[in-house]
Amino acid sequence: MNQEKKSGLKFVWTLTIVALIIGLFGLIDRLVNGHANANYGSYVPWGLWVAGYIYLIGLSAGAFVMSALVYVFNVKALEKIGKIALLTALATLIGALLSIWLDLGHMGRVWRMIIHTNFGSVMGWMSWLYGFYFILLSFEFWFAMRVDLIKWSDKEGFSGKLSKLLTFGSTDLSEESKANDKRKLKILGGIGIPLAIAFHGSVGAIFGAVGARPYWNTGLTPIIFLIGAFLSGAALLTFIVYYWGPEKGSDDYRNVILLIGKIILGLLAVDVLLEYAEITIGLWSSVPSETASLKLILFGQYWWVFWFIHIGLGIIIPAILLVVGSKSPKKIAIAGLLIAITFITVRLNIVIPGLAIPELKGLRDAYTGPGLTFAYLPSLMEWAVFVFTISMAGLVFLIGRTFLPVVEVSNKDLEVNK
Amino acid sequence: MEEKTKELRKVEEKSLAPSTNKKGLDRNDFLKKVGGGIFASLLLPGVISKNFTAAAQNAITKADLPKLPPETPGEDVIVRMMRDLQRALKKPLAERRWSMVIDLRKCVGCDSCTISCAAENKLPPGVVYRPVLKEEIGTYPNVSERYIPRPCMQCSKPPCVDVCPVNATWKRDDGVVEIDYDQCIGCRYCITACPYSARTFDAGHDYMNEAANSGSCFTGKEVAGKYEAEPIFDYSKAWPREEGVSPEGNARKCHFCLHRVEKGLLPECTVSCIGRATYFGDANDPKSLVSELIGKPNIMRLKEEMGTEPNVYYLM
Repeated sequence: MNQEKKSGLKFVWTLTIVALIIGLFGLIDRLVNGHANANYGSYVPWGLWVAGYIYLIGLSAGAFVMSALVYVFNVKALEKIGKIALLTALATLIGALLSIWLDLGHMGRVWRMIIHTNFGSVMGWMSWLYGFYFILLSFEFWFAMRVDLIKWSDKEGFSGKLSKLLTFGSTDLSEESKANDKRKLKILGGIGIPLAIAFHGSVGAIFGAVGARPYWNTGLTPIIFLIGAFLSGAALLTFIVYYWGPEKGSDDYRNVILLIGKIILGLLAVDVLLEYAEITIGLWSSVPSETASLKLILFGQYWWVFWFIHIGLGIIIPAILLVVGSKSPKKIAIAGLLIAITFITVRLNIVIPGLAIPELKGLRDAYTGPGLTFAYLPSLMEWAVFVFTISMAGLVFLIGRTFLPVVEVSNKDLEVNK
Repeated sequence: MEEKTKELRKVEEKSLAPSTNKKGLDRNDFLKKVGGGIFASLLLPGVISKNFTAAAQNAITKADLPKLPPETPGEDVIVRMMRDLQRALKKPLAERRWSMVIDLRKCVGCDSCTISCAAENKLPPGVVYRPVLKEEIGTYPNVSERYIPRPCMQCSKPPCVDVCPVNATWKRDDGVVEIDYDQCIGCRYCITACPYSARTFDAGHDYMNEAANSGSCFTGKEVAGKYEAEPIFDYSKAWPREEGVSPEGNARKCHFCLHRVEKGLLPECTVSCIGRATYFGDANDPKSLVSELIGKPNIMRLKEEMGTEPNVYYLM
């Protein structure tokens, strides 16, 4: 437990609970008043929650792919972080689904996405891919955890009880059953990789397929989404592993972080390349309707979001931390955190500028009313709900990390981690 | 012009004839006549009941439609278009193609269509079906303003339909793009997909939310709020306004006032246009006014290059 204190888990618990309480105010407002206190509306129909959703879902896809390196490609060095990667993927997925569910005009009709699917719509496909991903992730997490859950079932307190509950009656600790788990994980992970690419690609394709919005409507959009997802997810995982990963202080631990550091650096480079392509081609096309959104991002009212937060804190500083000087796990973890946190601005800069350009000249002042504006800044309620969804993801992660054996290394005894 | 006004008055008098009540009129005839008339349109939302949908689907019998005066040369275009409408309504639904032509040379940017549309469809704050785009063109001293009313284009290839994840919106056989408010989940993907920003989001705002009670018979939250809660008739179905109930939380747009059209009345924007700049009718009928206008060389459509093939045309 001493080690837990040092790792700042208590601090994060407090932070999450406080955020959750703040978020609850927003949630109550949303549930009582519907969309009346939101600033998105008719002309900018998608706002912070949609950005929050693609942000969290990207983190999930990224963390999941990292786990796949373990279970599918047998990357030995990363073996021990498989479970915590899956937990991260699950937690962020739950946050993402909450965010987009609260965004719907009729939350009670969400089941129609599955029952009345229009497969002619990318969004229709996405809802199914999501369903599969959620199920697959849950199963994979369970198979990865099964042996440790059984071992922890005897523990006293909440931890033991929760572990016992989650074994779902499984008690088989034989080598044969472990081999079976491994095989299943490999199959599930194997299905999971194309699924993760498909579902996050489809989230990108939702935007890419909208012909009415030149900024979104490029073949690059789904690819940028994917690379961004892998980057942000891996970056978040680095930070998580640094603070709450298995066997802190060991050589293995150090090597794991150094390895993920290299992975993020590679992904960061690819991401920068893609962004550069998108922006420069967009600007060089010199057709005003094509360049309008890009100009809004680079030189508009919120230019500093792109230049300072995204380029400065999200690319340059992490790149320096990853490249310059000696490699230390701490530096890599900070770089990861910076990339992961600032990535929300990338998501916001996809959603909002695509919508904030009037489709017809003269529409801006044609009629007034709430939501009939092209200037969008999230309302207090929207921010609070956003905080709620993020902290719910945090809560799921913390429950898993605190009470379940996610950093337990299967082939060692219980005592090792005490 | 005077002649036209006279003509109109005749129609009005005829359709409102029961109020001056000729002797020997039986009850059925009386009701039929009350049902007709251009200006009865103003009372429409109050008159229609919930069972009003069924008749809309197929050809309508002559008796259901407003009585029109015999055709005369130089009659008001409104009367001509109502005649066109009646011909179209006698055909099966799939053979009609509702279209609108807007003469930009006649539009003065008065916003009457926008406002009368908002009144007819009781649009809440934040929802608009037919704004008038206003643009200043030229440089001093050669400056003018251009006004472009923008209803839903009812595209022949509507991008909003394909993106709906739950099949809640579709292209009807008569050309109108319909939304089923009961199926729409409110994801707003269609709003992003429309190149004309024709769809808006009903976020549940109400004009009466912050209003005070006045204690009078006509104003204040209590009395005016009742009006606000009265149903609308989008797509010929009654939709009372209740909190959290559709069409609240849905995407909404212009539907060519189908609830009026299927009763033989022109869309509200068409009848309220002070300059007779908006025309409505069946483009499949070569004798209709809109067909005639669509064949003019100075006709155009918005964003033709997108290939959405709007059924709203503009005369330049």
